[in-house]
Amino acid sequence: MATASPLLTATGLGRRRSRSDAWLLRGVNLAIRGGDRLAITGPTGAGKTLLLRALSLLDLIDEGEVRWREKPIAPADIPFYRRQVIYLHQRPTFVEGTVEDNLRLPYSLRASRGDHFDRHKALKLLGSVGRGGDLLSRTDQDLSGGERQLVAIARALQLEPTVLLLDEPTASLDREAAQSIEDLVLGWQRQNARERAVVFVSHSPEQVGRVADRILSMQDGCITGREVR
Amino acid sequence: MTMDNYVPLSYGQVAIAALLVILNGAISLALRLRLERSLCIASVRMVAQLLLVGFVLEGVFAWSRWYAVLGLALVMTVVAGLAAVDRTDRRYAGIYRNSLVSVWASSWLMTAFAMGGVLSDVTPWYRAQYLIPLLGMILGNTLNGISLGLNRLGEELSASREQVEMLLSLGASRWEAAQNGVREAVRTGMIPMINAMMVTGIVSLPGMMTGQLLSGIRPIEAVKYQIVIMFLIASGTALGTVGVVGLSYRQLFDAHHRFRYDRLTRSR
Repeated sequence: MATASPLLTATGLGRRRSRSDAWLLRGVNLAIRGGDRLAITGPTGAGKTLLLRALSLLDLIDEGEVRWREKPIAPADIPFYRRQVIYLHQRPTFVEGTVEDNLRLPYSLRASRGDHFDRHKALKLLGSVGRGGDLLSRTDQDLSGGERQLVAIARALQLEPTVLLLDEPTASLDREAAQSIEDLVLGWQRQNARERAVVFVSHSPEQVGRVADRILSMQDGCITGREVR
Repeated sequence: MTMDNYVPLSYGQVAIAALLVILNGAISLALRLRLERSLCIASVRMVAQLLLVGFVLEGVFAWSRWYAVLGLALVMTVVAGLAAVDRTDRRYAGIYRNSLVSVWASSWLMTAFAMGGVLSDVTPWYRAQYLIPLLGMILGNTLNGISLGLNRLGEELSASREQVEMLLSLGASRWEAAQNGVREAVRTGMIPMINAMMVTGIVSLPGMMTGQLLSGIRPIEAVKYQIVIMFLIASGTALGTVGVVGLSYRQLFDAHHRFRYDRLTRSR
């Protein structure tokens, strides 16, 4: 169940194509509250990825504003904000090394100073979807598509973020791998269901049916429908 | 120092050497390389450019006014700053300004250090005979470092765009996300200079030293000058490369910790 005051608010978000007047995203108003499981659907090119990137402040926004807990986000606070609101790209990216090296990576960043990699926590996360500790010593080249996505999500979840922005996390994965991803994400969200929210882009109506309690439809850079289930 | 052994060349003697271009032309014709035209243009350009610079230097040396010397130095610096960018594949708005600032600051600082610190006996402080060749050598190498560094930064950041954004998404600051690319770029700019220092005197005699030997300077005196110039070049290249890569980093990663990939464009 969603809490009353929003975690994340987007007001009148708009983004133009570079060196052009065409709008890629326009007039997007959105509030994400603790407990939300929000699916964003729409045809290719509707602006779903751009919306997630705009929410994580990765792209230049031409108009509108994103607020965190109803306050504007100062430039210096953006890394700390992104650690709370983690955007995960459709194609997971890793640095050279083992899975454990990659899980350790975020703790080398200033925004996570004071926190330390917890092997036990990482193993518990991976174990929750039936993966053993042997995964930690493998390199990313040895991982299947589903495992890559699981590791990327585990790398984010171990930081205990508040909002997870997932861009088609199960695209091109088989049913079983997709189920593991959904279990991992929903398991994390249910651990603190009133505080945590997940937003994911999906092309699969079945997946949306399984996972979401709110659905946002997009077309041509605009929100064209909202549905609460 | 003595210049007793110096043998001046007449234009006729220069012309004898110029005949060697026929050899290149013959090779091109025999192997159907179709390089005759380029060879001809390059030879004429080389001769014309050198003669032109010779006359300009004659004038500036003879006139010996600080504003004439610095004016010539400024022209050389601007040409070097623009040339550094011309060899770069990925560019952004402001790249010429960053290149000019880096070339200017690093090479002028090194030249000032040389004229004011190492060669402090030289009077006046702007004596063209020293200032112009020193600056020229520093500029030539700094230009290379800047060009290599700029090119590598663009390539590195473009190739690792997804990794950079992954880091930013996990809470990396702009520096934390960019540092690998920045380090690679600075390293790329500096390595040729380090390699040159490794082999200098063994594989080849540097141009300036060769010139001094030809003009009759004692070898050990020429070597001392060469050592000074190598250090000036190495530091100038390092400063110029760090400068241009640092300025580019600030252009490509804004204060909102965003990677402004949209600012990078391919030049060819």
